[in-house]
Amino acid sequence: MDFRHFFDSKKISFIAIFAVLATFSVTNIAKAAITDTVAATGHEAHGEEEFEPTKMIMEHISDAHDWHLWGHTSIPLPVILYTDKGMEVFLSSKFHHGEHDYQGKYYTYRLVDKKKIKVVDTGGEVDEAASQKVWDFSITKNVASMFLAVIVLLLIFSSVARAYKKREGKAPKGLQSFLEPLILFVRDDIARPNIGHTYARYMPLLLTIFFFIWFNNLLGLIPIFPGAANVTGNIAVTFVLAFIVLIVVNINGNRYYWKHILTPDVPWWLYPIMIPVELVGVISKPFALMIRLFANITAGHIVILSLISLIFVFQSLAIAPVSLAFVLFMNVLELLVAALQAFIFTLLTALFIGMAVEEHH
Amino acid sequence: MNFDIGNPSIGLVFWTAIAFLLLLLLLRKFAWRPIMEAIGEREKSIEDALASAEKAKDEMARLTNENEQLLKAARAERDVILKEAKELKDQIVADAKVAAQAEGTKLIEQARKEIDDQKKRALAEVKSQVSSLSLEIARKVLQKEFEDGQKQEALVADLLKDVKLN
Repeated sequence: MDFRHFFDSKKISFIAIFAVLATFSVTNIAKAAITDTVAATGHEAHGEEEFEPTKMIMEHISDAHDWHLWGHTSIPLPVILYTDKGMEVFLSSKFHHGEHDYQGKYYTYRLVDKKKIKVVDTGGEVDEAASQKVWDFSITKNVASMFLAVIVLLLIFSSVARAYKKREGKAPKGLQSFLEPLILFVRDDIARPNIGHTYARYMPLLLTIFFFIWFNNLLGLIPIFPGAANVTGNIAVTFVLAFIVLIVVNINGNRYYWKHILTPDVPWWLYPIMIPVELVGVISKPFALMIRLFANITAGHIVILSLISLIFVFQSLAIAPVSLAFVLFMNVLELLVAALQAFIFTLLTALFIGMAVEEHH
Repeated sequence: MNFDIGNPSIGLVFWTAIAFLLLLLLLRKFAWRPIMEAIGEREKSIEDALASAEKAKDEMARLTNENEQLLKAARAERDVILKEAKELKDQIVADAKVAAQAEGTKLIEQARKEIDDQKKRALAEVKSQVSSLSLEIARKVLQKEFEDGQKQEALVADLLKDVKLN
């Protein structure tokens, strides 16, 4: 493959745009840091708990049943439970940040670790057996953030599509001219070289994957309300994306693809070894996609949050400039990673599809 | 504490699948298809425009070439015509010269013949005149000579002297 295009001036100007965006997000990080300081000092004044970086970081990168705004203020999100007796729908504010149990129609529920919803028996103890039967389909922070990304994507691209209809045959303008190079990049540098002449069939999937991951990555980098969720850094999300890739690749695999897996080009007595190996290869390719995206995004979030935590670990404002300088650097890097991971996921998807539909002559 | 980020929750899997597939379907219908078509059409129209420009250029070159060929042919034809005219002229001049020369020679020949005739006639006349004149003179001389008888005798004697009798 040809990767010279990474060094194109076009791409470098993208990085410049990211850098500008990063400065905005850093001011937001600073704000978040201040609110956290207030919260932390508030806690200490009450003598409730000491600052634990691991807890704070894990809370930030985990899913939640409410969308934290500042201090003790957060947006309640709907809890949807599918129990063995029926559906339960209520707002997460009923838990009062996990301080109260909620008496539902069928069971009494308790929010454990701000994340898990467990059934409580009459004695006030968590009933694990009953909890197993409750399926949590809540609109959590990640789901809400993802819906937001989906709505933004729909608005942006339907407006771009309208622009194409309105300005038929003319040069792109405005948002259209910003997104067209990206669309063409996916088509000319990802789909066409990897898939070949049948690329057009897979363009919707590749474009959707690219922009979905990229937008969710970017939303995750915003430290306050519309963002702050770790959507693409959650293994459930990357699992679904990778699973869709697995399905698409194997549905479109042609006879050469299946022949390579089921009757590999080795002596027959090696089949007992080779066929399982090939089948593992089928699974491991999307599995690597899942882990790569999850690990990269989560790691980025953890690094930024750790750097912020330094201020509170040292309990000194003097460390703040150093910490913020590193956070600034990491944020710029994360903006690059946000695009890069979207690109890599899309590129590898195209590559796997290309390997499955390749014609041998 | 157990936050298990490595453990996918069923709710998030469910909503992600719904959100992503919905996004895929909606974007495919309302965004990717029209956008890709519009881009494709625009690229095609640009390609066509470039191709037709190239074709026009070729046509132009062809026409120029044709014109040049025509011009060349016309020039060659003109040269041929001029050459032929010149040859014709030369031929005519040459023919005229030959004819004139022949005529001249004939005339000269005739003149010469005439002159010869005239000369012969004149000479014949002169001869006859000279002979008659000589005869006249001889007759007059002889008449004068033989007026004296003695002289006749002398002459006869002289002649007889020369004649030797054998």
